Amino acid sequence: MTEEPSPPEPLPSSPRGGERVRRHRLSTRLWHWTNLVAITIMLMSGLMIFNAHPRLYWGKFGANPDHAWLEVTDRAGRGELHFADHVFDTTGLIGVATDAHGVVQAQAFPGWITIPSTYSLADARLWHLAFAWVLACGLGAYLLWSLVNGHLRRDLHITRAEWSPRHILADVVDHARLRFPTGAAALRYNVLQKLAYCGVLFGLIPLAILTGLTMSPGFNAVAPFLLDLFGGRQSARSLHFIAALGLVLFVLVHLVMVVLAGPLNEVRSMITGWYRLPRERAANGPEETAHG
Amino acid sequence: MAEPVSRRGLLALGTAGAGAMLLSGCDRLNGSPAFRSLLDGAQDAHRASQRLLGGGTLAPEFTTADLSPNFRANGSRTAADNIEWARHAATGFAQWQLRVDGLVLRPLDLSLERLRSLPQRTQVTRHDCVEGWSAIGQWTGPQLATILKAAGLLPAARYLVFHCADRFGGAAPYYESIDLMDGFHPQTILAHTMNGAPLAVEHGAPVRLRVERQLGYKQAKYVERIEARATLAGLHGGKGGFWEDRADYAWYAGI
Repeated sequence: MTEEPSPPEPLPSSPRGGERVRRHRLSTRLWHWTNLVAITIMLMSGLMIFNAHPRLYWGKFGANPDHAWLEVTDRAGRGELHFADHVFDTTGLIGVATDAHGVVQAQAFPGWITIPSTYSLADARLWHLAFAWVLACGLGAYLLWSLVNGHLRRDLHITRAEWSPRHILADVVDHARLRFPTGAAALRYNVLQKLAYCGVLFGLIPLAILTGLTMSPGFNAVAPFLLDLFGGRQSARSLHFIAALGLVLFVLVHLVMVVLAGPLNEVRSMITGWYRLPRERAANGPEETAHG
Repeated sequence: MAEPVSRRGLLALGTAGAGAMLLSGCDRLNGSPAFRSLLDGAQDAHRASQRLLGGGTLAPEFTTADLSPNFRANGSRTAADNIEWARHAATGFAQWQLRVDGLVLRPLDLSLERLRSLPQRTQVTRHDCVEGWSAIGQWTGPQLATILKAAGLLPAARYLVFHCADRFGGAAPYYESIDLMDGFHPQTILAHTMNGAPLAVEHGAPVRLRVERQLGYKQAKYVERIEARATLAGLHGGKGGFWEDRADYAWYAGI
C-alpha cells in the first residue's frame, strides 16, 4: 500500500465534529473488502450448491426418504417453501422464477443470485471451495493482525460497563431514535456495533467455516470430533445454511446503518481510512448549516 | 435537501449496476480457462491439505442404530441393458467374475464365492452425495488391499480404475478411479453385502466399491473390472471418472 499523507495524528480526546480523522486501520480496510468479495461469492455459489438438493435435515444422515425441516419444491409450476408444518408460496423468488431470458426455471434459488447463473453444481463447488480459502485465511490473518495491533482489545473488546443491561438498553434506544454518536464519541464502536462485529468475527464466520469443513468426508476422517460438535453431517449442513442466513441479515443491517450514518463518509473511511466526524448536535452558538 | 436523495439514488444505481456486473463478470470468469485453472489450484490445495492432515486416518464409523431406515439409491438403478450383466443377474451371479488386470504381475478372475472367502471387513459408514444428502449403511466385503496384493501391482501403477457394467442414462459406461493411497486404505472394500443382505441391484449388485473418505460418485456400482494404470489420460474422457468427464466434478472427492 502507498504511504498516505500524514496529517497530525488525532489525540484520543481532542477531535471535534467536522474534523477529518483516521478511523480504520489498513488491516481492517483490507480485510473488509477481501471479505466482502469472499462472502458474496461464497453466498452466491452456496445457493447454487443448495439448489442441487434443496432440503435440510437434522442429524447424522438425511436424504429424500427422510424428514426435512426445510424444503424448497416446485409443484405444478408454483414455487413452495416448506418449513416445519407450513407451506409458503414463493413463486417468482424461490422454487420457481423467471430467468434473465424470460424462461421459467424450476430451481430453488433463481439464477440472478447464484454463481454460476445457470445450473452447475460442479462449477459452484469449484468457486465455493476456492473462495473458502480466501474466507478462512482472510479471517485468520485479520484476527491475528488485530490481536497484534490492538484492534481487538481497544476497539472490539466489550467492557464490563458496556455489558450492563442499562447501557445496552440505552444504546438500543439511541439506535431506535436514529441518534448516532457525534464528535469524538463517533470514533468508538457502540456496544451494539461491538456485539454485531464480534458476533460475525467470532460467531457466524467461524461457524460457517467449521460446519463447511464438517461436510467434507475427507475432513471427517481428519477431525471426527466436529461431527459430534455439530450433531452430525446433516445438522452441520443445516447450521451452515443458518450461518449464511445470519451473515445475510448482518449485511442487510450493516448496509442500512451505513446509509443512515452517511454512506459517502462511511464508505470513504473504509477505503482511505479517513473519516469526517459527525458534528455535535448541541453546537456552540447558533447551529451551523451542515454541508457534510 | 435534494442532495442526499440524489446521492442515495446514485448509490442505489451504483449497487444495482455493480450487481449486474458481478453476475455477468462471474459467468465470464467461470468460462475463462485461466481463472478455472486458478480455482483448480485451490482444489488441489484442499486435496494436499487433507492428505497431509489425514494420512491413513479412518472415516467415522457408526453403529447399526444409526442406519438410514431407507438408503436412497442413486445414479443407475440397474445395469439390465448390459446383456452380459443381465445374464449374470438372472443366475444370481453364480458364473460372474471380477477381472483384475492392467499393470499387475498376476491378472485375476475372482468369482463372488472367492470374494466372499477372503478376509472380510464390515463397516457402518455414511454415504455423502455431492448434491448434499447423506445415508448411513453397513457394508461387508474384502479389503481392496488384499486383492491388490494378490495381483501384485507393478511399480508403474499409480491409479486403480473401476470399470462398471452400467451406462448411466444410456450414455458412456460408468467408471471411477482412485489413487493407491485410497486403494490400500483399510476401509476401501469391495462390498457384496449391504445391511446384512446381498447387495441389491439398485445399489450395484453384485459388487460396489466403498472408498469411505470420498463422495458418492466415487462409490462405483456394478464393478466388473479393476484396472491398474500409470495414468488416467487416454481413458474415456481422461478425467478419471464418469461424472468427472461429464459434469466436471472434481476427481478428488474428499470435500
